[in-house]
Amino acid sequence: MPRPFDADWIDEIRVNLSAVERRTATLPARRSVKKDAQAAWLLKAVSCIDLTTLNGDDTEGRVRRLCAKARQPIREDLLQALGMGDHKITTGAICVYHRFVAAAVDALKGSGIPVAAVSTGFPAGLVPHDVKLREIEASVKDGAQEIDIVVTREYVLTGNWKALYDEMRDFRQACGDAHVKAILATGDIKTMKNIAKASMVCMMAGADFIKTSTGKESSNATLPVSLVMLRMIRDYYERTGYKIGFKPAGGISAAKDVLNYQILMKEELGRPWLEPSLFRVGASSLLADIERQLEHHITGRYSAYNRHPVG
Amino acid sequence: MSVAHYFETMDYGTAPEADSEARGWLAKHNHRFGHFIDGRFVTSTSKATFETREPASGKSLAAIAKGTKADITKAVAAAKSAQPKWAKLGGAARARHLYALARMVQRHARLFAVLETLDNGKPIRETRDIDIPLVARHFYHHAGWAQVMDREFPDHDPIGVAGQIIPWNFPLLMLAWKVAPALAFGNTVVVKPAEFTPLTALLFAELAHEAGLPKGVLNIVTGDGDTGAALVDAPVDKIAFTGSTEVGRIIRAKTAGSGKKLTLELGGKSPFIVFDDADLDGAVEGVIDAIYFNQGQVCCAGSRLLVQEGIANRFVDKLKTRMAHLRVGDPLDKSIDIGAIIDPVQRSRIDALVKKGVSEGASLFQPDCKLPKSGCFYPPTLLTNVAPASTVAIEEIFGPVLVSMTFRTPEEAVALANNTRYGLAASVWSETLSLALDIAPKLKSGVVWVNATNLFDASVGFGGYRESGFGREGGREGAFAYLKPKSHTNRKLRKALVPLREATSVTAPNDAVAIDRTAKLFIGGKQVRPDGNYSRIVLSAKGKRIGEVGEGNRKDIRNAVAAARAAEAWSKATTHNRAQILYYLAENLSTRANEFAARIAASSGVTPSMAKREVQSSIERLFTYGAYADKFEGAVHQPPLRGVALAMKESIGVVGVICPDEAPLLSLISLAAPLIAMGNRIVLVPSERSPLIATDFYQVIETSDVAAGVINIVTGSSLTLAKTLAEHDDVDAIWAFGDRKLSTLVESSSIGNLKRTFVDEGYATDWFTPKTAEGPDWLDHAVEIKNIWIPYGE
Repeated sequence: MPRPFDADWIDEIRVNLSAVERRTATLPARRSVKKDAQAAWLLKAVSCIDLTTLNGDDTEGRVRRLCAKARQPIREDLLQALGMGDHKITTGAICVYHRFVAAAVDALKGSGIPVAAVSTGFPAGLVPHDVKLREIEASVKDGAQEIDIVVTREYVLTGNWKALYDEMRDFRQACGDAHVKAILATGDIKTMKNIAKASMVCMMAGADFIKTSTGKESSNATLPVSLVMLRMIRDYYERTGYKIGFKPAGGISAAKDVLNYQILMKEELGRPWLEPSLFRVGASSLLADIERQLEHHITGRYSAYNRHPVG
Repeated sequence: MSVAHYFETMDYGTAPEADSEARGWLAKHNHRFGHFIDGRFVTSTSKATFETREPASGKSLAAIAKGTKADITKAVAAAKSAQPKWAKLGGAARARHLYALARMVQRHARLFAVLETLDNGKPIRETRDIDIPLVARHFYHHAGWAQVMDREFPDHDPIGVAGQIIPWNFPLLMLAWKVAPALAFGNTVVVKPAEFTPLTALLFAELAHEAGLPKGVLNIVTGDGDTGAALVDAPVDKIAFTGSTEVGRIIRAKTAGSGKKLTLELGGKSPFIVFDDADLDGAVEGVIDAIYFNQGQVCCAGSRLLVQEGIANRFVDKLKTRMAHLRVGDPLDKSIDIGAIIDPVQRSRIDALVKKGVSEGASLFQPDCKLPKSGCFYPPTLLTNVAPASTVAIEEIFGPVLVSMTFRTPEEAVALANNTRYGLAASVWSETLSLALDIAPKLKSGVVWVNATNLFDASVGFGGYRESGFGREGGREGAFAYLKPKSHTNRKLRKALVPLREATSVTAPNDAVAIDRTAKLFIGGKQVRPDGNYSRIVLSAKGKRIGEVGEGNRKDIRNAVAAARAAEAWSKATTHNRAQILYYLAENLSTRANEFAARIAASSGVTPSMAKREVQSSIERLFTYGAYADKFEGAVHQPPLRGVALAMKESIGVVGVICPDEAPLLSLISLAAPLIAMGNRIVLVPSERSPLIATDFYQVIETSDVAAGVINIVTGSSLTLAKTLAEHDDVDAIWAFGDRKLSTLVESSSIGNLKRTFVDEGYATDWFTPKTAEGPDWLDHAVEIKNIWIPYGE
């Protein structure tokens, strides 16, 4: 829900990098999730994965295979052994380029799994503004329920917050009923202050989620960057009562890593932000590691990749 | 609990750290420990024991020997006999031993961590990630000091045997802070661990000897307050104490005049200042680390939150939200933030203070967090609507209790922050560099963390101002706590001067031709009559009346201290400016050299050439300290973080100076000059025997642009005036040179505000030898070291 641009909200933002780093360096050591709790948390993480393929060699076949994995991310017998056979565990979404939206929607029919489309000239976002809007509209028309947009980094790097706001507001409008996730490309905009301010501007302009990275920048999601964005989400919630979601993307490939993100969500924002409605993880190889960890939890033996079906 | 349950609730579940190794170690010792003396466990002479308990459950962990005077005697004897050999080993060999201790701690890190958590009740997260790694770091760092001691401290020797009394809040870490520097610099030690938490010290001693530490170098005598008192009374060369200000006072009184070196690391009520341009979320997290770390049982806990008024509501709301996420419970659980309070006694004290705060009008906030049903726990607590006059804003609570107040301007923040008897640590939060770096030097505390809190490192000195104690632990500044100047090794007691007796036969009426000169007191830049309006007769060395000086009394001291307090601008003057004044004093003294020489000769009976030499040496000394005024600088420490710690040398404030009788001008200058060079303002009691030199000297002061109140001179009875100065709570330090009686009096009278003392215990100083009578050893006593931690990064 967009609200009017308010420069004060941007100007008063302060972020101390050392303090941010201290928090994220100690947090994983302050919380430990073991045994049944860990299995549950990892299953929850699966339900928050935006299972993603964003490569130049993607094809419809590849996307349909991924969709099949999204429907059945964990082997049936493992779910039974965990006492979770009656839970319908799927990934949070499938995330693809516009070209494959229609195929994905078709492949996921009846599953309730939404299709997310990266958009607005992903990943650099330097195509003309009207082309960006048309791309969004096309994906929505093909059935995408979620649109992952990229912001114009130049606006952030030059402190042109009003331009960023206007751009985001247009994207929001073009999305219609689809959810919109704003990718800040934190690896490009670099400083914590930029990240915090861009987060606030995008939320103000109507983003439903804020997302760290495209996965194509030199650095991906990190805990410090995420902490700064989460604190902006909290601020926005305190100011407006609206809960905005968070999506770290890129570089999260180990089960241990995703647990740290979940702990961060729970500690900084609270329980509601552990559900797929407010938390997504953009990942491609994370799922395989979670599958192995879950099997280890059940059998007590370390597992191997070949025991779990690929996407 | 099932997977499905957790999937629904997303609770953390439990994550207990295994304690079988630690309990195995206790069982190996049959849950019974003697003292560790001369390289082995010995039973106590009294057979008396007490129990050490697990705060989280209240259950007994082991029976501990209650040390007696005889045990202490034995341990001190072992340390004494081991010390010469330990010192003679040399720095390089000692470095290997300390290195071995560091490695030993790392090899057994988890055992130490778990045992500490069992005995103390603090979360395993803290012992594992903070206490024990810092212990290892401290031994590594000090292995380095041992290695380079000869080059870095060529003019210093070990002190000898140190008695070290350790608190219960960081049992092994505080042992490391004391043992590592002591051993590195060639001392041996007798350690008295806290009654509540003796176990890790015993484990440390056992493993240290397995790691090859020679017997007698490290001795542990367990026990209670009586055992500690016996150690304080024992013939050791130094007492190092960390604990309450109350016990610190007792120790100061007991050691007065004994010649034992003393460092005290005591309580605090440290301010945590948040400006409206701070990273508020970062600061909230800082508050959590400041006051809920170690259940708030931390001497430097940021227990007084000062928030700028405009953001106070928002900040407190954020803090309350954050507090709701704190988890209190089994300290061995890896997901616990707040463990058990050390003992029910402490818990009741905390609770009583909180109730008192509420009865005085504070609003209580405790998040809805589950406490274990048994064991000794207290919820994280925030008291708002607290005024500086509230008990909870004044008293150290030593528990997880934060009090919050607001301020309007930076000036008021400083005033509120300094409105305490303590001065250990402070935390300043602002994203404006110029503001934070303006505030840090204005805070009366030994440590200031800028946009951070509770950072510690072996390379950075830690210690307090005011009633938080004296001495520093860690880094170069901490080294001097375990070193003494080589020149002190063969010091001789000062020879008593033959008392002057008025030679009645030679008494002559005043020379009616000369104009009468009335020597007055010099207070606040003015010559003033003594309050009592009595004078005392001054005799020459031959017993002839050579004049009269004012008989200063308590009120004159009071006035002089008030004048010195008001002369604060001197402490802020540039070092260049202070140097100029010292040179100017020298210049003006030199123009009157002959007059002063004549006065010295008449007054102390030395030959004219000796008197001349004394004046020349005094001029030289002023030049020396003029030189040092802008050269005795601080240091930039590089602890392991992205940032620096600035070790700033600051003036102490108002310092009393009692001058000895010998070399009356030179000794006066030798004591006054380093103090004023470093920005202190002084109240000086000149030689009781030769006061006219000082009353002549105020004319030099008057012509040398010395600001009013920087140097105040009160003549009269040294002992009487020394007592008043030592007892004065607005005097920050006192230097007293004279006979041993004076040292004892000054030290025992200083306990009111625990002012720093610098006394000679009646030993003579050769004032004419620059190597012994001037330089950094003296300047060290004229400054406080404040470490300002500045993490940075964008």
